[in-house]
Amino acid sequence: MNVMNFLNYLISGISLGSIYAIIALGYTMVYGIAKMLNFAHGDVIMVGAYICFFVMSGLSSAALPPFAAPILGTLVAMVVCTVLGVVIERLAYKPLRQAPSLAVLITAIGVSYFLQNAAQLLWTSSPKYFTSVVGNAQLTLFDGRLTISAVTLLTIAVCIIIMLALTTFTNKTKMGKAMRACSEDKGAAQLMGIDVNRTISVTFAIGSALAAVAGVLFMSAYPSLTPTTGSMPGIKAFTAAVFGGIGSIPGALLGGLLLGIIETFARAYISTELSTAIVFAVLIVVLLVKPAGLLGKTVREKV
Amino acid sequence: MLKVNDINVYYGAIHAIKGVSFEVNDGEIVTLIGANGAGKSTTLQTISGLLHTRTGSIEFMGKNIVGVPPHKVVAHGLAQVPEGRRVFLQMTVEENLEMGAYTRPNSEIEAGIADVYQRFPRLQERRRQIAGTLSGGEQQMLAMGRALMSKPKLLMLDEPSMGLAPILVEQIFDIIRELNRAGVTILLVEQNAQMALSIAHRGYVLETGKIVATGSGEELLEDEAVKKAYLGG
Ligand SMILES: Nc1ncnc2c1ncn2[C@@H]1O[C@H](COP(=O)(O)OP(=O)(O)OP(=O)(O)O)[C@@H](O)[C@H]1O
Ligand SMILES: [Mg+2]
Repeated sequence: MNVMNFLNYLISGISLGSIYAIIALGYTMVYGIAKMLNFAHGDVIMVGAYICFFVMSGLSSAALPPFAAPILGTLVAMVVCTVLGVVIERLAYKPLRQAPSLAVLITAIGVSYFLQNAAQLLWTSSPKYFTSVVGNAQLTLFDGRLTISAVTLLTIAVCIIIMLALTTFTNKTKMGKAMRACSEDKGAAQLMGIDVNRTISVTFAIGSALAAVAGVLFMSAYPSLTPTTGSMPGIKAFTAAVFGGIGSIPGALLGGLLLGIIETFARAYISTELSTAIVFAVLIVVLLVKPAGLLGKTVREKV
Repeated sequence: MLKVNDINVYYGAIHAIKGVSFEVNDGEIVTLIGANGAGKSTTLQTISGLLHTRTGSIEFMGKNIVGVPPHKVVAHGLAQVPEGRRVFLQMTVEENLEMGAYTRPNSEIEAGIADVYQRFPRLQERRRQIAGTLSGGEQQMLAMGRALMSKPKLLMLDEPSMGLAPILVEQIFDIIRELNRAGVTILLVEQNAQMALSIAHRGYVLETGKIVATGSGEELLEDEAVKKAYLGG
């Protein structure tokens, strides 16, 4: 086994895992507070990617300072996805607050298809080529024996920043603490004067803005953009969230990273075709041993 | 201060509260006693806005609060310590208290927490502890402290003595009396009728969704029917 190759795969795995982690945050935060699996989350990634794509190509002929177009594209994508996420919650999920979870799940799947089909109508199903937001720059180490692309480094850095920001937000701010309170006990939270609906909206807003970021990073690494682009990373990130313990923010990070690393190594050392199957096999084993996921909490209540 | 007038509450087809009316005057301790399933918690949850009445009105400080969402009811000065405490088990003691002050301006929180610690010194010792690791009695104190953080004019307590050792029950009731002396009006729901009636100015007896008796604390303690049903003979 070549050490440099190993390192290379490890770093790619961490980078892919960082994207899964950022997406998984959206699943896990929404699950934590609304106790629902938002299967349309993956498609929000796709919408974010398209928005960023159109902003960047719209600005491609304008004389702008370097990185202005990608930054602007990402920001616009974040704003659009934030609005989209909040609107989806209001129109599709909020009316079902008291409904059985199966009804909510089916609705989420419906929203997912709706977004994919709307994208197909608006933007056709022929793939768009997404240009990486940081170009093809590379970092070369060990006399050229190890090259790391700028996208990889950017992805890992963004993931670290998001994790730190989100941890601070949930632990230190009033809204963040209110989210934790709601995810534990909505009734008690309301008795404290917390507006649960507003808190859920904010959660969807944050998750969707992060989905836009994940979309931009994912497309920078895997540039072929179609209306169904979001579903695979979406499903894998969902797996990552379950893997780490759904509802847990550190769990989303751990699950995402492990998933990315396992997938990359499986592809490199075992088989490209089987890599996804291996990922899910590991998930099943983990859930058999730890049903709540790696960092899932099982707090016993005192009477 | 609080005037509940002919409320009817349903769980689907189950008619849980059948035309209940009662009132709580400024400065009083009023208790609502009744057996399991009488509808005590349902009544409190309806007042807080978590459940909805189909008829009648609930007036708090002269304003009908039927239809007001629960988070706004708190802001009006009506707090509830729910049955089973329901503290946020994964948050620290101090974070729980901060949540209690959600409707208050940030500038008041520190003083509010200091007040609560003065009343419940145990909580101060454990301020960084996760609430899930507190004992039942400490959790009850936290639940009460948390409700006090919203500076309520009327505090509703749902079975604060549940599951506590007799000595702790005494302590909790002492605190309720102290709070009342400090100007907080109290609506106390209890199964421990003896204790509740002994500190209450007035009481109501609830039976399968209906008020069947009312009077001063002493009167109800002497009432033959109440004695038989709720005071063990
Ligand atoms: N979520 C619910 N769904 C259906 N019925 C309910 C629900 N909650 C309460 N009930 C019914 O409503 C009636 C009143 O219940 P409630 O909880 O108000 O009683 P309680 O007086 O508080 O009793 P306890 O002393 O045991 O707490 C009971 O018959 C109960 O079975
Ligand atoms: Mg009850």
